[in-house]
Amino acid sequence: MKIFINVGSSVINFLEETGRFFIFTLKTLKSSISKWYLKNIFQQMISIGYLSLPVVALTSFFTGGALAIQIYYGGNQFNSEVIVSSIVALGITRELGPVLGGIVVAGRVSAAIAAEIGTMKVTEQIDALRTLSTNPFEYLVFPRVIAGVIVLPILVGFADVIGIMGGWFVGIQSLDFNGSVYLQNTEIFLESNDIISGLIKASVFGFIITMMGCYHGFFSKGGAQGVGRSTMNAVVSSSILILGSNYVMTNLLFAS
Amino acid sequence: MIEINNLNKKFYKNEVLKNLNLKIEKGESAVVIGRSGTGKSVLLKCLLGLLRPDSGVIKIENKNILGKNLQYIGNKSVKIGMLFQGGALFDSLNIWRNISFISLQNKVSEKECKKKAIETLEKVGLNSDVADLYPSELSGGMQKRVSLGRAIFSEPDIIFFDEPTTGLDPITADVINKLILEKVNDIGATALTITHDMASARTIASKVYMLHEGNIIWGDNIEEMEKTKNKYILQFVNGQSDGPIKIQNN
Repeated sequence: MKIFINVGSSVINFLEETGRFFIFTLKTLKSSISKWYLKNIFQQMISIGYLSLPVVALTSFFTGGALAIQIYYGGNQFNSEVIVSSIVALGITRELGPVLGGIVVAGRVSAAIAAEIGTMKVTEQIDALRTLSTNPFEYLVFPRVIAGVIVLPILVGFADVIGIMGGWFVGIQSLDFNGSVYLQNTEIFLESNDIISGLIKASVFGFIITMMGCYHGFFSKGGAQGVGRSTMNAVVSSSILILGSNYVMTNLLFAS
Repeated sequence: MIEINNLNKKFYKNEVLKNLNLKIEKGESAVVIGRSGTGKSVLLKCLLGLLRPDSGVIKIENKNILGKNLQYIGNKSVKIGMLFQGGALFDSLNIWRNISFISLQNKVSEKECKKKAIETLEKVGLNSDVADLYPSELSGGMQKRVSLGRAIFSEPDIIFFDEPTTGLDPITADVINKLILEKVNDIGATALTITHDMASARTIASKVYMLHEGNIIWGDNIEEMEKTKNKYILQFVNGQSDGPIKIQNN
């Protein structure tokens, strides 16, 4: 009997959570046709994009380098200069740039947003906003979400270039490749669709990361412990959703 | 005027407000007292539209502020100020931006907002030096003053105070109480304070209401509170554990 109660309450909790997130998303989208707080959007673009650049750049550089080594030693070394450069370019632009960039930003930004909004929630600052005739969705949530959607593709664009350069650097330093031939091969194999598909993914990831941060922060309760739990949930859920949505988008963009 | 009729609010099976009725006249400084957990904050949140009641009517200046499905629609012609228990100052904004937040959102120039914020700071006994500081750089008492400044900044018609002296030492609490009384009288606003601090109630109130088990069980002038033989009031005012108010969940 107990197992039915547990399963039943888990299903009800899941449905409640899904419904609540759906309403939260609708309110966020609705706020896009109301007042735009441009200063807040700009501040969030700096916070999400510019301040994430060093960590995203480092991640991509080392990933590009590691990928080059793996392909070189893991595969046929005949004609490796062509294979390594093309796979690094395609791997970075289509998958690793957006996914790793997204996950790194999720760890940094989603957590920060959840902690900030969560603290505002438990200290009644969000209630205070409402009493000051300010819609928290317009003032807090939408600026973060739109900043994430705009800035993530730009970040991933940088990550793509730096990741490819990471592969190139390792290629000429450790694998005795000719630098200009490596770049020439990259240019030959890389198509604009590869880059665009990665940027589309990045935009979706920007939406997921910021929405998860705002959503979990917004429903924080129970003081410091509650804020900590929201922060953890924001990072975990955005990371899982990034990987899940990446699979769906890859299917839609490449398998069709 | 604030008029509340048959207000009900429950959380799952816990009925917090049960057919609550309350009428606060214009210019009155009403204080609602009651033990922790009796629904004082819930009442205030329903009035502010932060919680949706299950049923009932809330009128502010004769306009029902609850629309279809009891959704808060407010009364746009009435300006409302609120002082939160913990101050609820915005961490990311400095003091003058906190105080003049509402004007900044209405595109009033920063120069004008800062000037008026400094004037408001002076009204609550703070000097202009704190204008550029952040809330975390102020003491609890100073934060309460700033929060009071934010509440009176737009010269509201109605001001709500949620436990205004919680967490303050008795001297600072008295300063805040006197400031509240003075500023409410200056503006001529209607005030509703919820508290369990009797010193606060005695200073601020023109009328006192006792909330118990989700309803107002007593209400009269502050002078009458001192004379009443009502057992609930006597127990609460004298802080006794024996009496008709049963101690539960403590």
